[in-house]
Amino acid sequence: MYSRQELRKKAQDAIGKPGTLGPDINLEDFDKSDLPHPYLSDQELMSLPKAEQERLIMSGLDLTEKERGGTFFQKDSRVIHCKSKQEGIEVIPIKQALEKYDWIKDYYWKLVSVETDKYTATAELNLQDGYVIRALPGVKSIYPVQASLYIDKNGHQQIVHNIIIAEEDSELHIITGCATSPHLKKGAHIGISEFFVKKNAKLSFTMIHNWAEDMIVRPRSVAQVEEGGLFLNNYICMKAVKSLQMYPTTHLVGDNSIARFYSIIVGAPDSEYDIGGRVFLKKPGTRAEIIARTISNGGNIIARGHLIGEVPGVKAHLECKGLILNGGRIHAIPELEGHAEGVEMSHEAAVGKIAQEEIMYLMSRGLTEDEAVSTIVQGFLSLDIPDLPPQLKAEIDKAIEASDKDMM
Amino acid sequence: MLYIEDLEVELEGKRILRHIDLEIKPGETHVLFGPNGSGKTSLLMTIMGYPQFKVVGGKILFKGQDITNMPINERASLGIGMSYQRPPTINGLKTRQMVKICSKNKEEDEDKTVELAKRVNFVDFLDRDVNAGFSGGEIKRSELLQLMAQNADLMLFDEPESGVDLENITLVGNSIAELLEKQIRPENEKSIIRQKQARSKMGLIITHTGYILDYIIADKGQVLYDGVLSCTTNPREILNCIGQMGYKECVRCIVDKN
Repeated sequence: MYSRQELRKKAQDAIGKPGTLGPDINLEDFDKSDLPHPYLSDQELMSLPKAEQERLIMSGLDLTEKERGGTFFQKDSRVIHCKSKQEGIEVIPIKQALEKYDWIKDYYWKLVSVETDKYTATAELNLQDGYVIRALPGVKSIYPVQASLYIDKNGHQQIVHNIIIAEEDSELHIITGCATSPHLKKGAHIGISEFFVKKNAKLSFTMIHNWAEDMIVRPRSVAQVEEGGLFLNNYICMKAVKSLQMYPTTHLVGDNSIARFYSIIVGAPDSEYDIGGRVFLKKPGTRAEIIARTISNGGNIIARGHLIGEVPGVKAHLECKGLILNGGRIHAIPELEGHAEGVEMSHEAAVGKIAQEEIMYLMSRGLTEDEAVSTIVQGFLSLDIPDLPPQLKAEIDKAIEASDKDMM
Repeated sequence: MLYIEDLEVELEGKRILRHIDLEIKPGETHVLFGPNGSGKTSLLMTIMGYPQFKVVGGKILFKGQDITNMPINERASLGIGMSYQRPPTINGLKTRQMVKICSKNKEEDEDKTVELAKRVNFVDFLDRDVNAGFSGGEIKRSELLQLMAQNADLMLFDEPESGVDLENITLVGNSIAELLEKQIRPENEKSIIRQKQARSKMGLIITHTGYILDYIIADKGQVLYDGVLSCTTNPREILNCIGQMGYKECVRCIVDKN
């Protein structure tokens, strides 16, 4: 473990380093100063302005917390609500964890390198907060924990670092929604996430993004899955954004560990999305699956996927399907890399339009042309995601349904 | 009633149906024979309203309305339904949802869907994507299920028996007979004649093999040869004639007719 000084030193050296992918961003264009929002009680959480509540609900946050195992809520730079409702599931603001707990040192910047680019560097130098969510050994999440990273102030730059740990034999489900206030136009979100899935643990992480037209989004995520572990990562983004670039990486370091990535992206005009997933299969019996469904809807989408099989006896599949609807561009870049005999890796990529035959078929069952198109689009976006708790499936379905109204 | 008068149809600039006159009265089912490429499917697609089949002459009336230029979905709403031979797969759309779309009632209770599915032995497929990986026979049962839910008045069947195995042919045959109200139920409280009078469903069935006639007493047979309806008579007679002499005999009939 580096000391914080060493980390800061490395960060300072990397602060001018552009990212390898996506347009370079001048972070000085955004204000990262602390905004002292007060902490909210349960009561106050429920009495947020209606428009704000709607934005939060859309990104999967349940303000009643009825079917949630805990809540983390950060507004701009401040954590305004944080609690766990289940014993053995910890939800802690990262700044507090860094001050109070020694064990956090074993996780902080252990998977993501602080010197990756200017975004990781600023996350060390200008850390605002973020969450640590941990399921203790053997603990099974009853309801998903919800985390919301909300940007309220126009022009604000939110900088967070999250650490998620599923200890041995535990099961942890998280839904995280990132959203901006209804009046916000411009902002930046920089988020570091490090996922640790230990032996025979199961972690599902469902992320729903609702950004604004002039938002810059630069997440940097790395996961590590140990023997027999499962990491399920779902990403849903249906809203406009100026530029979103992320390429989360997963290392399957234990025998028979599994990673599954599902992404649903619906573009918007003048929005740029450069998204993907990369999985290193490092041990025998590991499995990986990356599945993406993208609809351009006037936006510019680059959908990447990269599978690296390092040893024999691994199995991985990449599926990238795009639909050009209402203009825009989809660029699918699937990559397979086998480093040993006996790897089994495949990919399927397709970019196309809605088949007229399907529209007519549905019209002959009584739907109007618009209804038929909408039905086909909903079908295209609906993925059967195994191992996903019903509450999270419901949130994804809700997001897809809402996007439909924007597209038509 | 379906009333087609002097219909001329083009597909991609090529004339594919000529001078078609056809009348199907309420309660009647007609069987359409014809060699491959004679225009049988085109006729069904034209009646259903597929816009690539361009009507360049004549008209189609249904229930007294001129539907010649009516969009597909409006024809469906008016009571025309079709069972396709090779319908497209719709990924992500469950058969269960499709049945609800057909029944026009999205809130309809699950029991009704399951009950309909049971009748065509299709319950296990309700949570599969529409037509995804279905065998020939499964497609036919799926199409029948959709037609049952749609409750159309005029049903167009494109080779409903093709690809159906022996085990399911009876099921398919009887289901079509039931949809077209061609089953006679002796235990019914109405006399046979009253049952017949009460029939209102209309059917037009394309068949190559005629197997379907083992289950349905069709009222009329039609032969479509090279875009022209060459004869209209008893369907069994047509089947026998084609069986003995093949479709080449139709050429002679067309010549003599003109």
